[in-house]
Amino acid sequence: MLSCREATALMSQEQDRPLTLSERIGLRLHVWICNGCNNYRRQMGVLRAACRRFGSGGTP
Amino acid sequence: MELDRQSELAALRPDLLRFARLQLRDAGAAEDAVQETLLAALVGSQHFESRSSYKTWLIAILRNKIIDIIRGQSREVSASSLADDEAGDDLLAESLFDRGGHWQSAAKPGRWADPEASFEQRQFWIVFEACLDHLPAKTARVFMMREFLGLETEEICKETGISSSNCWVVLHRARTGLRTCLETRWFAGAGA
Repeated sequence: MLSCREATALMSQEQDRPLTLSERIGLRLHVWICNGCNNYRRQMGVLRAACRRFGSGGTP
Repeated sequence: MELDRQSELAALRPDLLRFARLQLRDAGAAEDAVQETLLAALVGSQHFESRSSYKTWLIAILRNKIIDIIRGQSREVSASSLADDEAGDDLLAESLFDRGGHWQSAAKPGRWADPEASFEQRQFWIVFEACLDHLPAKTARVFMMREFLGLETEEICKETGISSSNCWVVLHRARTGLRTCLETRWFAGAGA
């Protein structure tokens, strides 16, 4: 079982490279039972959206 | 309606400068990038109907100037200089995780209510910039190359002379630092 620390590393890396099948399965199991990591994963998406917006000058 | 470009440029200049400084962390280089952007903007002949579309266009030019500058500075972010950031990284990791690598209860990520609504608030972006500025310099640089300039990790490795696995470690550190800062300073508070 992945630790949260390891899971967060994979959740960051999935923004940068395709994960392997076993990484994807391990991660899916982990976030299924871990609320904190589930939130972390959504937040990676929020960060990317925020950076897109900031990086294209679309902020209010 | 055509914008008064001269006065719009003057009004947007501070925003452009902040954007360049965040990424280059070098006032002189940031100033150069913005000057070149303004020059390019003055000779461009596109028409813009709003300040926001004009700003988007200017930022796109500026992004390219920043990429040029980064490419020109060969391998400035070496693996050894990234090590300077690592002491801080260990401290951050220790405050977030216990020995078994599980979240410390106070550090467990919470739910962020309606991020899109936050994106519409000027105050959110002030916090966002402050959080970026809080990241260790080299870490922030690699992160912004990836997220603002849209470079792939391979290219970041080439430009900075670090390995891909090191690059992933740095990006993970940056994202964790940024999300922790945003949660503490924005989403957990009255801002959201």
